[in-house]
Amino acid sequence: MEKLINDFSFGLFFWQAIILVILIFLLRKFAWKPILDSLNSREESIQNALDAADRAKEEMMNLKEDNKQMLNEAREQRDQMLRDAQAMKKRLLEEATEEAGKKSAELLTKAQETIQAEKKAAIKELKSQVGLLSLDIAEKVIKAELKDDKSQKALVEKMLKEVQLN
Amino acid sequence: MHNFSIAKFILVLLVFCSLSTFAKAESDGGAVSSKSEIDAYIDHHLQDSYDYNFWSDGETGEHFGFPLPIILIDDGLKVFLSSKFHHGETVAEADGEYYKIYHGKIYKTDAEGTITLGEENHPTNSKPLDFSITKNVATMILTSILLLFMFGGLAKNYKHSKLPKGFGRVLEPLVIYVRDDIAIPNIGEKKYRNFMGFLLTVFFFIWILNLLGMTPLGVNVTGNIAVTACLALFTYVITQFSANKEYWKHIFWMPGVPVLMKIILIPIELLGTLTKPFALMIRLFANITAGHVVIMSLIALIFVGNNIYADTSISLLLALFISVIELLVAFLQAYIFTMLSALFIGLAVEEHDHAHDEHATKEII
Repeated sequence: MEKLINDFSFGLFFWQAIILVILIFLLRKFAWKPILDSLNSREESIQNALDAADRAKEEMMNLKEDNKQMLNEAREQRDQMLRDAQAMKKRLLEEATEEAGKKSAELLTKAQETIQAEKKAAIKELKSQVGLLSLDIAEKVIKAELKDDKSQKALVEKMLKEVQLN
Repeated sequence: MHNFSIAKFILVLLVFCSLSTFAKAESDGGAVSSKSEIDAYIDHHLQDSYDYNFWSDGETGEHFGFPLPIILIDDGLKVFLSSKFHHGETVAEADGEYYKIYHGKIYKTDAEGTITLGEENHPTNSKPLDFSITKNVATMILTSILLLFMFGGLAKNYKHSKLPKGFGRVLEPLVIYVRDDIAIPNIGEKKYRNFMGFLLTVFFFIWILNLLGMTPLGVNVTGNIAVTACLALFTYVITQFSANKEYWKHIFWMPGVPVLMKIILIPIELLGTLTKPFALMIRLFANITAGHVVIMSLIALIFVGNNIYADTSISLLLALFISVIELLVAFLQAYIFTMLSALFIGLAVEEHDHAHDEHATKEII
C-alpha cells in the first residue's frame, strides 16, 4: 500500500485527466454522436421497412379478398342479368304473341265490319237500282198504255172513279 | 481458412511478444539472472518511464528508442528532453538546477547527483512537480489518436453509406454491444444516451490500452494506479453529478428505517459511494498488473533454471497460454469497468417509482 501511494504519479494523473476530457469531448462530437445517430436512424428505417412490408402483406390479403368478393359479385350479376334476359325474352315473346292475337282479332273484326258495311251498301245500291229499274219499267208500261187518247181517257176515268171512292 | 490464418497471426504475435520481452530482460545492464534482479526488472517494467525504450544492448550499453519531453515545475517551468538523463545514468541540468532519476522518479540534486538516503532507503532530496510526458502519457495520446481515427472514420463512413465498410464492420458491433448490453440494461432506455460518450470512450480506451500492454511496446498503462484512479474518479464524478433527488435521499435520509438508523446509515452510505469507484480503481489496476507480472515471471523462468532448452520450452508454452488468457482479460476488464460504471450511474439516475409512487409522479410532472 505504501509502495502504491509512493508510486502514485500526479503528473500522470493530471495528463490523463486532461487527455480523457479532451478525448471524451472529441469522440462524442466526431464519433459517438454521428455513429449512434446513424445506428438509430438505420434501425428505425429497418423497422419502418418491416412494418411497411407487413402492411403491404395485409393490404395484399385485403386486395385478394376484395378481388374474390368482386369476382363473386360479378358472377352473381352476370347470372342475374342472364336470368333477367331470359325473363325479358319470355315476357317479350308473350307480349308479342298477345299483341299479334289482339291485332289479328281487331283486323278480323274490322274486316267483318267492312264486309258488313259493304254488304249493306251493296244491298242499298241494289235496292235503289231495283227501284229505278221498276220505275223505268213502270214508265215504259205507262208509256205503252198511254200511247193513244182512248186509252188515256180510260185511265183518267178509272182514276177519277177511284178518287170518287175516297 | 481465413480464421485459421488470423489464429496463426495471433500466435506468431504472441510468441514475438514473449520473445521481445525476453530480449528486454537482457537490457538494463547486462544479463538478468538472479531472483532479485528479475524482481527489479519486473518492477521496472511495471513502472512508468521517461523514454520509449524498445530494446537495449547490455554489452555496449546502447539503447534503442526515443526520448520524451520532461516538464518540471520547480521555480518556473523547465522543459527538456529525457535524453539529457542518458537513461538515468547521468544528471540533467536545466537553468542551473540539477536533476537525477532515482528508482523511476526525478529528484533535485547537486551537480554530482548525490542522492542522500533517509530511513527505509527513501531519498530525502526534494522532488520537483513532475508533469513530464512519460511513456504512459505518450501511449495514452497514441491511443487517443488511434480511437479518433478508428471511430471518426466509422462516423464518416455513415455519411455516404448506411452500412459500415472495412474495419468499421468490426467496430460497429462493438459499439452496438456497449449500447445494447452495457448502457441500456443498466441505465435504461430513457437516459442512457447522455452517458454513451463516457461509457464508449472509457470502454475502448481501456481495452486498447490493455491490448497495447500486451504488445512488444512494453507499456503498462492500465496497470498504473494513477491511471485507474483517474478513470475511477471520472465514474465517481459523473455518478454524483447525474444523481437525482432519490439517490441523495437514500444516502442522507434512508426512507423506511427508524430515525436512529437513518443517522447511523449516513456515514455508511457516504462511504459506500466512495468504495464503489475505489473498487473499480483497484480491480483494473490489480488485474492488469497481475497479468504483466505473471507473463514476465514465466519468461524469467528461462534465466533461473539450469537446462536452457527445457526451461525455454516450458516458459514459452506457459507464457503463450497466459497471454491468451490475458487477451481475454484485456477485454473482460474493459467490459467490467464500463459495466460497473453504467451500473453505478444507473443506480444514481434510477426512478424509484415502485416505492414512492406519489413522490415519483410528482417529480415526473
